[in-house]
Amino acid sequence: MPSLNRETVRAGAQGVAATLLVAALIAIGSRNLAHFDAALVGYTFATLFAVFGITYRYSMWLQRPPTALFWRRGWQVFFSRDRLLANLAAWPKRVVGVFAFNNFIFRRSRTRWAAHWLIMWGCLLAGAITFPLVFGWIHFQTPADDFERYRVYVFGFPTFSFRIGSVLGGLIFHGLVWASFLVIAGVMIAMRRRMRDRGAEAVQQFSEDFLPLILLFAVSITGLMLTASYTWMKGYAYDFLAIVHAACVIFTLLWLPFGKFFHIFQRPAQLGVSFYKDAGRTGEQAACRNCAQPFASKAHVEDLIRVERELGYSYEMPGVRGDSVGHYQYICPRCRRLSMALAQGRLWQAGRGREVSDRPGIVDVAEMMEAASAPATTAEQA
Amino acid sequence: MSVPSHLNFYIDASRCIGCQACVQACTECDTHKGHSMIHLETVDRAHSTQTIPVICMHCDSPTCAEVCPADAIKRSEDGVVQSARKPRCIACNNCVLACPFGVPKMQVEFELMMKCDMCYDRSSVGLKPMCASVCPSQALFFGTREEIEALRPQAAPIDRFQFGNQTITTKVKMMGPKSVAGQRPEHIDVTAAMEEHAPPRSVSLGVLNGAR
Repeated sequence: MPSLNRETVRAGAQGVAATLLVAALIAIGSRNLAHFDAALVGYTFATLFAVFGITYRYSMWLQRPPTALFWRRGWQVFFSRDRLLANLAAWPKRVVGVFAFNNFIFRRSRTRWAAHWLIMWGCLLAGAITFPLVFGWIHFQTPADDFERYRVYVFGFPTFSFRIGSVLGGLIFHGLVWASFLVIAGVMIAMRRRMRDRGAEAVQQFSEDFLPLILLFAVSITGLMLTASYTWMKGYAYDFLAIVHAACVIFTLLWLPFGKFFHIFQRPAQLGVSFYKDAGRTGEQAACRNCAQPFASKAHVEDLIRVERELGYSYEMPGVRGDSVGHYQYICPRCRRLSMALAQGRLWQAGRGREVSDRPGIVDVAEMMEAASAPATTAEQA
Repeated sequence: MSVPSHLNFYIDASRCIGCQACVQACTECDTHKGHSMIHLETVDRAHSTQTIPVICMHCDSPTCAEVCPADAIKRSEDGVVQSARKPRCIACNNCVLACPFGVPKMQVEFELMMKCDMCYDRSSVGLKPMCASVCPSQALFFGTREEIEALRPQAAPIDRFQFGNQTITTKVKMMGPKSVAGQRPEHIDVTAAMEEHAPPRSVSLGVLNGAR
């Protein structure tokens, strides 16, 4: 299958390019590895693998006909001249509402929202701390004139400094502890739902639904144990805990492209879809070619016809009402449902040897009354 | 867990009495608590009491899943097309517009598509889906092939549907006559029913106001 190979090669090339880009950024940001912590090299390679895997899968995903079309249309609609200002104005509000507050999950269920919001912010905070530290993009130095302070260097450039024993210092040094508190609380809520909700029980899968929660919990709890070891237990079992924590983190990084975590990268597509739907609402509407009622945007219907053809579906309707319908996609969902009843009725009429009518089961009362009154009129005339 | 292979879902729309029991019972299912996934349609209210309960037909090659840009709709090994996966669905409406049977429902406020999943919490352990458990006329029937054959000796289940040039085969079966002109019908031609009239949406009271 040459087309499949082309897709795979393209995705592979993009994956390699993204990996090389991150590797170059690690070299640049750590000033030729001068600030790179060799103890974290396992994390670095796991991250590079994750970058390749995520880019590869994302690229393959974008090449699916429906995704490719939405991707293209999303950008076209966003940058269209007559909508650009409105889109730019709407964009921040949607980002905050959808991504920062998860408002759509809040409307689905309060507990689901709490679980997701805690896990999401815990992971974002942990990621924002861990990756720059692992890549050597951030490091701390004590200024020569003040041993009580730390100065933060980002990409090798000096930024702000803070007193080591200050509240800010405590917040920064224990950033991963706060992140793990958020993640553990979220995981507990999510796990409780998965163990008690009968609907969830019916459809959940270990690899898709439990493994991500177990991994997040394992990473968080082993991280906390490290802090507990060096803070209160004089470093008891620190080396062992460090290895276990590293194993948990590395496995999670390697798992990123494959399982449920991939939705982190897919989800922003929701924004593009929202702009596409905005354009559809204000644009020309498609009227059902059976009942003449508008039911969707014309652009969406026509895009869908294109996607269905690319996928190999053939919903063309030659000969129906003299080709006036053209394609089944021009029939609204309600008329499709009604057509099922009529089609079954027609088949039963045929099965019983009766004349097949267009609308089996439909009794025209007006016609019946007309017919019932007709003989009387004839008798009177006679 | 999966739906036992000897159990099937059979629909006979011609037996539907429009009682709405299925619509109400559907909301009790644990996989879509509080949300009815059934469309109970009145075909032509002005002239007929004909109704049809529409549930997911669980296509062998589901168009809804194929056109989903987020890869959110999955068909499990037992042939049940599951509702959209919540982390993935981006509420684009493709599945709603593409389903040949008009089944998926877009829950706009949740930004989520939901659809009939054959009450997977029940059917996957061999229980009847909620709608089939309450349907008084057995328009919606869940059971074995032997049971349906004993109940409807004149009828045969059909799982092939024609939409223009496209043939769709399904897990759920619709009851049709055993024989048409001496031959067993192989499919139901859905779009053929569109050849003449369009079923009106509005209720016409022409008979009552004398405008015959």
